Amino acid sequence: MAELRLARRSSSLPLTGLMGVVLLVFVFVASASRDVVSENNKTWRDPAGETRGDSHHQTNSTAHKKAFPVLSFNYEHVKKPFEISLWILLALLMKLGFHIIPGVQNIVPESCLLIGVGLLVGGIIKAIGGEAPVLDTKLFFLYLLPPIILDAGYFLPIRPFTENMGTILVFAVVGTLWNTFFIGGMIFAVCRLEGGQLAGVDPLSCLLFGTIVSAVDPVAVLAVFEEIHINELLHILVFGESLLNDAVTVVLYHLFEEFTHEGTVTVVDAVLGVVCFFVVSLGGILVGAIYGVLGAFTSRFTSHTRVIEPLFVFLYSYMAYLSAEVFHLSGIMSLIACGVVMRPYVEANVSHKSYTTIKYFLKMWSSVSETLIFIFLGVSTVAGPHAWNWTFVIVTVVLCLVSRVLGVIGLTYIINKFRIVKLTKKDQFIVAYGGLRGAIAFSLGFLLTNSKMKNMFLTAIITVIFFTVIVQGMTIRPLVELLAVKKKKESKRSINEEIHTQFLDHLLTGIEDICGHYGHHHWKDKLNRFNKAYVKKWLIAGERSTEPQLISFYNKMEMKQAMMLVESGSAAKLPTIVSSVSMQNIQPRGPARHRAIPSISKSREQEIRKILRANLQKTRQRLRSYSRHDLMIDPFEDNVSEVRFRRQRVEMERRMSHYLTVPANRQETPPVRKVCFESEHKVYTYDDSKSPLGRTAEPDPSPPDAVSLLNESSQRANQSSEHRAKRNDELRAKVPDEKEEQDQLKLSRCLSDPGPNKEEDLS
Amino acid sequence: MGASQTRTEKYQDLADKTGFSLEQIENLHKRFQRLSDNEETISREQLDSIPSLANNPIRKQIIEAFFDKRNQHQNEVGSCEEIGFEQFLMVMSHFRPPSLKTTEEEKEAMRKEKLHFLFNMHDTDNDGTITLVEYRKVVEELLSKSGDIEQETVKAIADAAMLEVASTNVPHMAPDEFYEGITFEHFQQILKGLEMETRMHIRFLDVDTPTLRCGKSSS
Repeated sequence: MAELRLARRSSSLPLTGLMGVVLLVFVFVASASRDVVSENNKTWRDPAGETRGDSHHQTNSTAHKKAFPVLSFNYEHVKKPFEISLWILLALLMKLGFHIIPGVQNIVPESCLLIGVGLLVGGIIKAIGGEAPVLDTKLFFLYLLPPIILDAGYFLPIRPFTENMGTILVFAVVGTLWNTFFIGGMIFAVCRLEGGQLAGVDPLSCLLFGTIVSAVDPVAVLAVFEEIHINELLHILVFGESLLNDAVTVVLYHLFEEFTHEGTVTVVDAVLGVVCFFVVSLGGILVGAIYGVLGAFTSRFTSHTRVIEPLFVFLYSYMAYLSAEVFHLSGIMSLIACGVVMRPYVEANVSHKSYTTIKYFLKMWSSVSETLIFIFLGVSTVAGPHAWNWTFVIVTVVLCLVSRVLGVIGLTYIINKFRIVKLTKKDQFIVAYGGLRGAIAFSLGFLLTNSKMKNMFLTAIITVIFFTVIVQGMTIRPLVELLAVKKKKESKRSINEEIHTQFLDHLLTGIEDICGHYGHHHWKDKLNRFNKAYVKKWLIAGERSTEPQLISFYNKMEMKQAMMLVESGSAAKLPTIVSSVSMQNIQPRGPARHRAIPSISKSREQEIRKILRANLQKTRQRLRSYSRHDLMIDPFEDNVSEVRFRRQRVEMERRMSHYLTVPANRQETPPVRKVCFESEHKVYTYDDSKSPLGRTAEPDPSPPDAVSLLNESSQRANQSSEHRAKRNDELRAKVPDEKEEQDQLKLSRCLSDPGPNKEEDLS
Repeated sequence: MGASQTRTEKYQDLADKTGFSLEQIENLHKRFQRLSDNEETISREQLDSIPSLANNPIRKQIIEAFFDKRNQHQNEVGSCEEIGFEQFLMVMSHFRPPSLKTTEEEKEAMRKEKLHFLFNMHDTDNDGTITLVEYRKVVEELLSKSGDIEQETVKAIADAAMLEVASTNVPHMAPDEFYEGITFEHFQQILKGLEMETRMHIRFLDVDTPTLRCGKSSS
């Protein structure tokens, strides 16, 4: 980071100078000893500091008794982290600013704005006369790129990715090769034709240039596609291509660089190049998979140290990236493989809080990285040495576009012969138009050692990046609207969709078996079975290793609902009640035979009510002492079964009471029992805002029984409508059963406790 | 000479009805003959004996679907004991993918047909609705190969799913109304997001390859 420090010190000149002046005032006022301060100021060449240093030096020579330094100034001590933090803070403030200013977001994608800011900052720095920092390659590849890739890989939608794997691979490998050779070759031809300044360009340099400029960049694609919400297929095609072409880029880059040093190319070298490609890509994936398995295995044992769980995910992934880079394997593919392999097992093992932490940290880091990358891109553009050559640059830009379009059309023609669901012309256009170049191209260009052509190449690369990100990035949204390309479906996964997706999977596998050929579904099914039989046992802790997918999905949904209930309960907000359908509407109406149950005796009923009331009063929220190393045991997570248990109890009660319903009474029930069920974003809630609150003490045997019980509980908590776990509205004529009483008690306990500490009271 | 001509005619006839190409029909015919031991019809036992189907949790439903008359597009109900090649093809035709040339209306029709196939698989008593009991059976079968599953869990999942269908389609029901079951329209509504026409298909081979064809087919 040496060059970074150098670059940064002078760049922060205006900013730190300002801060320095303010602090200076303090120092002068305090008139503290100059001893400590003077030593540290020797290297600080800030104009304000210089004079001060001199005066301090003079004061030192006339040594007299030094007072105790009440306030001293020591900037060198924190210089580096201070400057880094300041840069990141500024970048994020910019990002914040864009979101606050209304309207800007819809026209210009964020990446363009950030590049603009970078240009501005670079311009200011240059105007002042300082030296602007450049996007250091090591900084980029080791610190800025991994978080973005990890975020992308960890949350990669597996199903569309594997379904379109063939297409993605063809685009990534063959497409990039085509781009490289086409651009390289044509550039060379143009250079030869032009002559003059360009005559000295040799073919290998051109090919190297072609490699650098032809790779679709994941950062840019993510930044732009994120905002246009395009349908899943296209998103995964372009994005998958940008990820997988890293292997090709790495191999070609090193290959051509070696060749430029060697001078000659032989057939053996070409063959070795092909072998190298396989080694790089498969090796990268292998390294990533190994670390992924290690990470999953580690997460199996973390049930007692939940706090550090997210760190394992991050560190194992980062190690995978670095390990791959050590051997010059494809770091990006390694990172993706690690995230993909690790994710299902880690998610089954870690707590809900850790899962949220992982998600948010990944998003946060990738967001910061992306912002920094774009700003730096802008700054580096102003700073870097440029050698502008009209022909070269214009030809490069045009060729990039042309080769991309030709490549996509040609490849799609071939791919469509093998695809079941073909790619339409609209799809092809979006894929071609979405081939954005970004910071990877820039960094690779920066790594070039041949300084003769380097500046010219760099200028051209920057122009291409700017063109694709700014022009294509800005216009892709209106084009998507214009062409009416299908957008991403916004609705969340419902349990019906899950059931039917699984059903469909099995159905298609079965049909394939009947047809007799081993197709896509057959192998997927085999992999799933292998996974379930062997891998899950090793990598997932406890009994969740044998849990079928449908049940874990259902549990996850239940948990989400419960969390939402708790959250909305504490906020005392009324959610929109969407549907008045409750469980009783779908339960098959029992025949009349179940109706002949005697209604509960009054005394019994009083007793029950007394018990319930007593319990409602007893339960209170308890404060917990907070320890830094010990997370609050999250009741929803460690006791998923508790939640489920309670819900099932409620279900049972409801069903039983349904049978016990005397129809005549029902009409008197105020029609306010609304229990609605929402799959993910709705809430199971009970709304009795309309029911009169004053009917608690009435010894009324009929319907108000349930009302009154609930009213009591509602009085306990907030005055407005209550959001409790599912509540049976026919909680009246109960057969005085031991078990049911317990159920009721449990239920009321859960009703009365509004916070997440519900489970405390449950034995 | 004459025999092969009538066969091609027959294939052409079938191709027009089901939409398969002639090569695909020929391949399927070969498979049919292998499954039926060169007989004219296939029975349930013969389909049951396919070894790779043994691991499939919904094996019975799949086999039943072949013998279900509702999938023959002839407005009949009930089930057959044995099916011939034409019926076999008709069932298989539900799994054809859309091509580049299919128009939007054709895609809609295709989606409806596929969804109807699925619906028939769930609606075992032919009454036009999927009741809660039938739905529970579906979930139970799905989970049947995954070890011991509590009945309660199955019921909970099925109930939750049913509730969701009801609340999406009939948002406001009075407390004493009863939701009879999932009708076909409701079924279409809840599975709208899955885009059946692009998901429910398998690859039908044009070229004759031996059964042990390895490797993933790119999609």
